[in-house]
Formats: sequence, C-alpha cells, structure tokens
Amino acid sequence: MAENITPSTGEMSSPSPEHPLNGEPRLRMRGISKSFGAVRALYQADFEVYAGEVVGLVGDNGAGKSTLIKVIAGVGPADEGEIFLEGQKVSIPNPQAANRLGIETVYQDLALCDNLDVVANLFLGREERSFLQSLDEVDMEKRGLSVLRSLDVKIPSVRSTVATLSGGQRQSVAVAKSILRQATVVLLDEPTAALGVAQTRQVLNLIRRLRDQGLAVVVISHNLADVFEVVDRVIVLRLGRRVGTFDIKTTTPEQVVAAITGAEFGELLATNGTTPTNDSSGGR
Amino acid sequence: MSDIIEKNDTPEPSEASQVAAFGGGQATEAAAVEVPAYMPRRTIGQMLRGELGFLPVLFTLLVIVIYFQITTGGLFLTPVNVSNLMGQIAYVGILGLGVIMVLLLGEIDLSIASVAVLCSVIMADLSERSGAPGWVAILAGLLTGVVIGFINGFFVAVVRVPSFIVTLAASIGYAGLLLNLLHGQATLIINNAFILAIAGTAQSFLDNNVAIILSVIVVALFAAGLVFNYVRRKRAGLKTSSLLWLVGQIVIVALLVGGAVAVFISYKGVPYPVALFFGLIAIFWLIMTKTSFGRHVYAVGGSAEAARRAGINVVFIRIACFTLCSTLAATGGIVLASRGTAVASQIDPTLLLNAIAAAVIGGVSLFGGRGSVWAIVLGVLIIGSLVNGLALINQGTDVSEMVEGVVLLIAVTVDALVRRAQMRTGR
Repeated sequence: MAENITPSTGEMSSPSPEHPLNGEPRLRMRGISKSFGAVRALYQADFEVYAGEVVGLVGDNGAGKSTLIKVIAGVGPADEGEIFLEGQKVSIPNPQAANRLGIETVYQDLALCDNLDVVANLFLGREERSFLQSLDEVDMEKRGLSVLRSLDVKIPSVRSTVATLSGGQRQSVAVAKSILRQATVVLLDEPTAALGVAQTRQVLNLIRRLRDQGLAVVVISHNLADVFEVVDRVIVLRLGRRVGTFDIKTTTPEQVVAAITGAEFGELLATNGTTPTNDSSGGR
Repeated sequence: MSDIIEKNDTPEPSEASQVAAFGGGQATEAAAVEVPAYMPRRTIGQMLRGELGFLPVLFTLLVIVIYFQITTGGLFLTPVNVSNLMGQIAYVGILGLGVIMVLLLGEIDLSIASVAVLCSVIMADLSERSGAPGWVAILAGLLTGVVIGFINGFFVAVVRVPSFIVTLAASIGYAGLLLNLLHGQATLIINNAFILAIAGTAQSFLDNNVAIILSVIVVALFAAGLVFNYVRRKRAGLKTSSLLWLVGQIVIVALLVGGAVAVFISYKGVPYPVALFFGLIAIFWLIMTKTSFGRHVYAVGGSAEAARRAGINVVFIRIACFTLCSTLAATGGIVLASRGTAVASQIDPTLLLNAIAAAVIGGVSLFGGRGSVWAIVLGVLIIGSLVNGLALINQGTDVSEMVEGVVLLIAVTVDALVRRAQMRTGR
C-alpha cells in the first residue's frame, strides 16, 4: 500500500510493514484531494485500514486528519480520489451513505443524549418495536447488554442516564452504539482526549476489543503514548499528504514525531505537489 | 454483527464470578455489564434531583392543602370543593399538557391562550351564527388548532425563528383575529346543547357506574402491563424490580384512582372535563414513554444534534410537538367555552401564565428533555389550590397572584439549580 505513494521504496526500512492480514484492505482510499478555496487540505493522500487492525491517524494541527475523516464519514466528500470498501469502489456523498456502508464515526462530542438512559441512547433512531408499535424495551435491553458485554464495558446500570456516566463509560456507550449499527469500520476521533488515566485505560481496552472482533478501527489522536499502546500501524499526515506509515512494533515515538513535524527533512513540504514525498522518517 | 457478538459471548470466568457477586446472582444477563459498585454513592439531594424529583412538589402541595384545610375550617377538602376545584383546573391542565410537549423540546409556546380562545370563537361562530352542528363546530375548532400549531412549528423548525418570538407574534395576531371574528361583540353566548354538554350543564358528569367501570379497567390495564413487563423481563434474564414494589405500584395507583373517583361520586360524579383531562394525560403518557415518537421528543430536547445524527427527523418532531400543543390548547379552549357557556373577546390573562406555570411547577424542565406528562397534575393542583384556597379565605386575586409568583419562581430556580448540578456531575 505504501508503494502507492513512495516512488523510492528502497529508502524505506521501518515503514509499510508486512501486514499480517494480507489481501484487500477493508477500506482503501487512493489519491484523495480536497481544497477549501485556496487551502489545499488534502493532496493525493492515500489511506487504508484492514479488518482486525487498529490504525492510528496522526499529524499536527492542519495536517488534514479531520478532513480525511470527514471524507470517510461522508461529512465532507473529497474533490477527487477513489474509495474502496472490501475492494469495491464506493462513493460516500453523505453521512447516511457512510452508515449504510458500515462506516461509523464516533466524534469527540460523542453525540449522546444526556437525559436518556444507556439503552435508549444505544438504540436511538432505530428503536425496536413490538406490540402496537410500542417500544420493545426488553429486547433492546437484552441486545444492548450483549453488545456492552462483548466490549467488556462496565457501567452502573443500563437504565441510568448517560449524564451519570464517567467520560470513559460515555465513550464506551458511543462505541457500542456504532457496533449496534452493524459497523465494519469504526472511526474514533480523539477517543482519549479529556479522559483520566483509568478511563483512558478503559477506552484503550475497548479499542482492542473492537479489533479482536474483526472490525477495522481508525483512531485519530494527539496522544502518541495512547497511539503506541493500542494501534498496529500509524499513518502520518503532514500538510495534507501522507508522509509516513509505521509498524508500531519496529518504530519509536521519536520517529513518528519526526515524521509529524518533518524534522528530518529539514525543509517544508512542497505544497504544489511536484516533489514526491518520502514515505518514512528518513533514510535510516 | 450478531455473529461477532456470539464469538465473544463468554466473559472470562473469573470476571464473571467476580461481578456476579455485585449482581447478587439476580440477573446473569446484566451481571457482566452492570456493576452497581460503579454507581457513585448518591446523596438524598441527588436522588431528589433524579427520579424522586416529584417529591418536593408533592410535599409543597400537601403543605398548601393542609394549610387551607386548617384556615378554612375543613371547607377545603370537602367533596364539593374538591369537585369544583378540579373543574376549575381541568382546562388549564389540558393547556398545560400542551405546554409540556413544547417544553420537552426546550421551546416555549406563548400563543396557547390566544389559540384556545380563538378556536373556541371559531367553534361558537360556526355553531351559533352559522347553525352548524355541535360536533362540526368542535371539529373545526380543533382543526384550527392543528393548523395554527403546524404554522408555529414550521417557523420554529424550518425557518428557525426562536419559538419565543414566533409564538408571541402568533399570540398577538390571533388575539386580533378573534376580535375580528366576533365583529366587536364582547361575548357570544353558546346555546348549542352538544357543546354545552361538555362542561356547561348540571349533567356534565360521567355516570357513576361508567366512572367506576372505567377506573377499574384503567387500574386493571395498568396492573396487567406491569405484570406482563415483569414476566417478560424475568424470562429474558434481565433485572427486575422487586415483587413488593410491583405490588406497591399497583396498590398506589388503585388507591389514587379509587380515592379520586370516590370523592367525585360522593358529590355529583366525575366531571367530563376532569375525565377528559386525565384521559388525555394517560394517552400522552403512553405516547411519550412507550413509542419511538416520544423517545425522539425527549432525545431532541436533550440534544438536538445527537438526535439528528441518530437519524431522527428533528424538523418533524418539532412541528409535531407544536401541532400537538396548539391542538391541546384548542381542546382546552373548547372546554373553557363550554364551561362558561360563552366565548369572550377578552382573553383571560392568567390562562397562559397558569398553564406554563403549572407545567414548570410540576417539574418539567424549561431547558428541555426532562419531565413527565404527569407533572401537570401536581402543577395544576398547586396552582388551583392556591387560587381556590385563597378565595375561600377571602383573599383576592392580589394575594393569590403574589403567592403564585413566588411559587413559580421557586420552581424555576429549582429547575435551574438541578440543571447546573447535573452539568457539574455530568462529565
């Protein structure tokens, strides 16, 4: 996959690891570009995530992380580029299309209704109904519990309102909600931001569970410590381009930081796109 | 997805046994997820802010009732007075029920009083001047309410004008329209027997046998619903409330319904407006708690953005709530007209404020998403008791309105404090 963007593969050492799950990625994006007026937020960026892996998407502010996520989530479709889901070319013009394709995004604000209980939130907008269109609370509670259990989530009660839950528990509920929507690709936007140590642990554990269930997980994070703890691969964006892919096992945080800041290149990346990018932290 | 769940269905045994201790071996399904130990220890204050939020309101009502019972020398709690009191507040309650629908969205409707009177004027105009049959006139009045509510909702939900302004403009506009319809006539007497039968005659009471049968059916349905739910949850391996609480709930409801019916029967019977009021509350309670629509209303009130992202049609929910509000206002207006056997060009200024105050005093949050439709009963009883009791001890409207203002201020303050406390503990 990294070959797509690196003409000089010989220079690479640590990046583009031999991924255990060879074959077609669950989600692959090729040559994604997007501009906002004169600002080129993404230029010819590639991206891929396999089933059963966690990919960390990192980069400095303005690197294009959010833009890329919005392209995947259908919130802000790309100007050009192709998206493949399980090898099939798809278009994601709006969020509904993304949801239909099994792509769910858990935004930082989590989009939960504080005044409703956990079960109500899990099934919001797609409640199960039984007799005379009345809500089938028993069935919903059962299915909700089953999903929460599969994610090893611990909460006081599924009938307590979301307002009473801790930050980590809320994150868990938001993720469980996406699972209930038959997600195959889950995007997590800064899942550990503003969480305490114990709660961060809880969420990282949750991310591992998602991977173990065979989902393709994308984590956007500023926190490299968390990234290194949970992801399999790190994809680094800088100034709208993909500048590096690292296998977490053979990489140090310093290398990733170098790629994020462009320290080892000693020059700003050409934004006109004429110069090809080195897909690594340098020629080590 | 289900296959994924199946695979990971078995939690590690050590974990399972660990948490089973918390669950008390009661519900194996929930045991792996629900850890009551995670529930932060709650103070009484926090519980009062939560599901027991109605207790302070109930306590306030009891204090008011006891105070008037003493100061009126036992006049207050006689069947005659209670019956009168309920008749006085039923139409305010119906309006308040509509207010709850928009309050749950975090919106407000200031046009309900104008709409109520306008719809009753249209009804009276049709029945008295055009000679239309009573039911046609009533239907036309209700339909006017539907249309007005739809227009209000359209401006709030689609054009996104703040509901405060939309409904204020509507209130002024419809007040003018009803003057126009009355052609300068100050009052229009209603003679139509069908319309008067709702509340305006000495016979506007449910037959005692019918009342008893109806109340037995209601209690039986309530009990059956609870038991059915209990059995289903038990079978599904979910947590259930204790049997004692189950029986307790049924007994409490049976006592309340039976007691109320007994009081009414010992005077003249259950007034139609009161039966209509409680019937409407029961219907709206079912809609708000047992259907997707109701769930979505609470969701929009809690977080419109989250609701929108969950695929809920927020615009539809908003328009529907405003439509229901105005329709209920029309219903209340028709009852009011029937009770007064006339429609007047003058809109009672306390009507709007009492309806909104009743909803808020009852515990429905002004900020949306919190409160039960049953709140209107407590709220309207408090307001009705104040007005009625103060009149019994020969205090005028002046004192009554001052006291009411204080009670309303307290209720809104409590609401704001609860909201602040929840935001503090929320994250």
